[in-house]
Amino acid sequence: MGERLVELEVLRYHPEKDTEPRFQRYSATCREEWVVLDALNHIKEAIDPTLSYRWSCHMAVCGSCGMMINGEPKLACKAFLRDYRGVIRVEPLAHFPIERDLITVIDDFMAKLARVRPYLIPKEAKPLSEGEYRQTPAELNHFKQYSMCINCMLCYAACPEYGLIPKYIGPAAIALAHRYNQDSRDGGRDQRQQEIAATEGAWECSFVGACSEVCPEHVDPAGAIQQVKIKSTVDWYAQHLMPWLKK
Amino acid sequence: MSRKPYVRAMTWRWIVRHPRYVRYMVREFSCLFIGGWTLLMVWGLQQLAEGPAAWAAFLECLESPASIVFHVLALGFAAYHSITWFNLTPKALPLQIGERFVPDAAIAGVHFVAWAALSLAVLYLAGAF
Repeated sequence: MGERLVELEVLRYHPEKDTEPRFQRYSATCREEWVVLDALNHIKEAIDPTLSYRWSCHMAVCGSCGMMINGEPKLACKAFLRDYRGVIRVEPLAHFPIERDLITVIDDFMAKLARVRPYLIPKEAKPLSEGEYRQTPAELNHFKQYSMCINCMLCYAACPEYGLIPKYIGPAAIALAHRYNQDSRDGGRDQRQQEIAATEGAWECSFVGACSEVCPEHVDPAGAIQQVKIKSTVDWYAQHLMPWLKK
Repeated sequence: MSRKPYVRAMTWRWIVRHPRYVRYMVREFSCLFIGGWTLLMVWGLQQLAEGPAAWAAFLECLESPASIVFHVLALGFAAYHSITWFNLTPKALPLQIGERFVPDAAIAGVHFVAWAALSLAVLYLAGAF
C-alpha cells in the first residue's frame, strides 16, 4: 500500500482562547488504506497534540467519532481517505454546540434518549423462576433493524428539522422508542407515546429522509417516524370515534 | 476549566448542503402549484355557476400562454410530488409476512398501479375515450 500527502482543513475551537471557531490546515503523509480517523490520530501524534476529538473503537460500533466530513455527517473511522480528492474539510457534527475542536455537546441528545425510555418495559413482570421472555424469529425481525442504532447522532446532524427546531426529539430517539414499541415482549408504549406522539416528537418531522440516508448502520429512522405518525393517528381515531375500545 | 460551548447559527445554506435537501425543498414547494391549481378550479366552478358567458370567458382565459405555462409547471410538480411520495411509501407502510418483509418495490408498485387506474377512470369519466 502506498502513501500520499493529504490536506485536512479542521475546524478548531478553544473555549478559553477563541471567540469563534476557525479552520486550521494540516498536511499529513497518510497511508492509502487509512480512514479520516487515522489521519486525525496521526496529526495528533506527530503534528499537533492539542487537536481534540472523540473516538474509541475504530470499527463503526461505538458511535463516538461522528463528524462532518466535506459537509456530510460521517463516522471518521468509516470514511476512507481514498474516497476523497483535494482538501478534506473536517468539522464537528452540525446542529450541536461545539465543546472544543471536533467535540460537540451531546447533553441534549442524551436527555432526549432518556425521555423515550429506550429499554424493555415488560408487559407483565414475572419471577426469574418462570424463565426468559421468549420471542420468535418473526417477532425479532419486526424491530431488529432499529436495534442496530449506535447513538452516533449522524442523523441529528443530517436533520434540518432538528437544526431549526432544537426541541424536536429527533430521529434516533424516536427510532429507538419505536424499536421497543415493536417488541413483542414490551408493554411500555403508552409511556413512550407521551414523548414521541407529541408535537415535539414525530409530528415535527416533515420526512426529509436525510436521517436514513446518512445512518452508518442502515437503520431507517425516517421510516420509524412515519410509522409512529400512522399508529398515533389510528390511536386518535380509536380514542375519539370508538372510545368504548379504550382499555 | 470553564465551559463555553459555541453554538453555530443555522442559515438557509443547509438547503444547498447536499442535493437531497434541494430535492426535498422542491417537493415542499410543489404544494404552491398544486394549491394554485386547486384555487383555479374553485374559480372555474364559480364562473360556471354564473352562466354560459362567464364560463366561456373562463375557458378562454385557460387558453392564454400564461395559463398553459402554469398548467405545464403544475403538472410537472404534481407528478414529481406523487412519484417521490409513492417511492417513500415502503418506509411508512412496511408489510411483514412471516419472518420476511414484502419488497419495497411491491409496496410502491401497488401505489403506482392504483394511481394509474384512478387516473384512467377519471379520464374515462371526463370522456377522453
